[in-house]
Amino acid sequence: MIYDFRRLAVVDVARHYGRRKALSQVAFTCEAGEIVGLLGPNGAGKSTLLNILATLLTASRGRVEYGDRTAAQGGGEVRARIGMLGHDLFLYPELTARENLIFFAQLYGLPDARAAADAALERAGLADRGDDIVSGFSRGMRQRVALERALLHDPRLVLLDEPFTGLDQASTAALVARLQERREAGCILVIATHDLDVADGLLSRAIYLKNGRVVGTDTDSRGLSERYRIAIQ
Amino acid sequence: MGSFFRVAWHVMRKDLTVEVRSKEVLLTTLFFAVSVVLVFSFAIVREGRAPDDVAAGILWVAVSFSGTLAMGRTFERERYNDTLRALLLAPTDRPAIYTGKLLGLLILLALVEMVLVPLVGLLFTAPILAYPGRLAALLALGTLGFAAVGTLFAAMLVRVRSRDTLLPVLLYPVTIPVMIAGVRGTAALFQAVPDEAMAQFWIGLLVFWDAIFVTLALWTFEPVMTE
Amino acid sequence: MTKLNTLFIGLSAGMLAVAPWIINAAPYESTMGLVQKVFYFHFPSAILFLVAASICGVSSGLFLFFKKPKADGWALAAAELGLVFGAVTLVTGPLWARKAWGVWWVWDPRLTSSLLLWMIFSAYLLLRKYGGPGSDKLGAGMALFGMINVPFIYVSVNVWRTLHPQTSVVPTLPTDMGIPLWFCFAAFTMLFVTLLNLRARLEHQRARVEALYLAEDEA
Repeated sequence: MIYDFRRLAVVDVARHYGRRKALSQVAFTCEAGEIVGLLGPNGAGKSTLLNILATLLTASRGRVEYGDRTAAQGGGEVRARIGMLGHDLFLYPELTARENLIFFAQLYGLPDARAAADAALERAGLADRGDDIVSGFSRGMRQRVALERALLHDPRLVLLDEPFTGLDQASTAALVARLQERREAGCILVIATHDLDVADGLLSRAIYLKNGRVVGTDTDSRGLSERYRIAIQ
Repeated sequence: MGSFFRVAWHVMRKDLTVEVRSKEVLLTTLFFAVSVVLVFSFAIVREGRAPDDVAAGILWVAVSFSGTLAMGRTFERERYNDTLRALLLAPTDRPAIYTGKLLGLLILLALVEMVLVPLVGLLFTAPILAYPGRLAALLALGTLGFAAVGTLFAAMLVRVRSRDTLLPVLLYPVTIPVMIAGVRGTAALFQAVPDEAMAQFWIGLLVFWDAIFVTLALWTFEPVMTE
Repeated sequence: MTKLNTLFIGLSAGMLAVAPWIINAAPYESTMGLVQKVFYFHFPSAILFLVAASICGVSSGLFLFFKKPKADGWALAAAELGLVFGAVTLVTGPLWARKAWGVWWVWDPRLTSSLLLWMIFSAYLLLRKYGGPGSDKLGAGMALFGMINVPFIYVSVNVWRTLHPQTSVVPTLPTDMGIPLWFCFAAFTMLFVTLLNLRARLEHQRARVEALYLAEDEA
């Protein structure tokens, strides 16, 4: 039986590096079929929070519950339900797109890694470039491969760190469409971004972060930038 | 258990594929190892002759220096696109990742040693073919002990800023028992009247240290890699 | 706790102050003469050096595998003391060796592995100092590898042929040499325990201050 969850709860999470507080008292919950945006200036703690959600960092205080388990209780079973698109894309530049995808499919123990990689390439619109080395790709193409890599194992929780940086309009639109499709499929998506124009209309909820604290939440998906300015200042 | 070795195998194969593409680590490590041997030659050769009994020491110094370089580079590669975090995110036992990285490194170092050993034999007239089995065992076991600790330390230092200097600082003192055993065992084979029993004793000691180092590294990898 | 520390530190200070007279009063050893008296400091510091390594290793294990936050303070305190007592060992040893063996240093298993252990302590402390945030965990991993060198050191002298005197000479010492030895041993041990206590407490208090600082605006 594969472990699954429909609810992510962040309970009073704090994280510090030595004396530097990266996060304090962060609390929210999200349900399947939500796109939650973490909005805030640089150094607000967005990446730290994403890494905690990804189980790569432990919280100094508080906990994150994936359904009825924490990361420590769930271990690999929880990690198997999480997909992350990091800011640095998590791809090996010396390998081809297909090799990258096959490698990670194998790492996730997918039954047919080759088929999964082919399907992912198809979705990324790169079926004909699959055997090219990733370092030769444009930023937008790499981003598409990286996103499909993160979604390979059909994760419940999808974490994206600044996914819109360096993308042209067409790529951005494609990315937004793919994320919305994932939401329809019942994923929980958490996006850290400072690109308010794209986030506008996409998010089902916005969480404003400043200096590691939640300074406001917003359930109205339209007209974010105005309220963001007020919340952050 | 099956999935442990499957993941280790995939990680190792991925590392080797990357290396076959770029050859960067292999070539730089190899060249560095040869440089070490040459620097030592200049330091000790007098009037065209090297003193007796130095071949084993030079061989192992070259192995440990170049090994450190290779460890640093393979993990620098995982740092470059943050892929180490992607590996840690995988739903497998984390020690499997460690094992895969270790195996990849061992194959790389074995290739380096295949050039290094004949070179040392040639330059210092060491009888490398007298006891090929014993010599291979010493090299394999010594490299394993050294690389087992090195892979763990290099992995945990990935997120530390001064990792390049800290890796040798931490690694050399801890792995000295392995180095001693390697050097003494090899020297016993290289000396004018080879002492097989002595070499056998050091091989046994290496097995002992390897068992300790590998076990401890597998235990500590998971807690050390969770920040 | 504070009272006990004061008592211990006073006692060890007093004992170390009178130690020179007691050592002076002990008989001259027939072959080594005056230099043998270095042994009264060498032996206790060497034993405590190994004790420090064991404490550091065990605490690191507790910290790493059982997530006991306080164990980290003990590990750090033990490592710093290991560096100090190891330095005393490594300085007094050659003083004796110069007379006994005619050289300051020989590369025999026990000497080599003691130097090695001292290097491991230094490396550990370098990592703690320059490792940045998270260096407590990395240090704990490193200390575990350092600790397994301890039995190696202890056993090395008895298994390998070595110049270093066997550990079995200690119980066979004549009484008038044994008394000053155990007197110094007690003084050194009390000093060690007190310093360890104080240093670990400092570390625990620093951690508490940190926690309070971090919790300051959370309430």
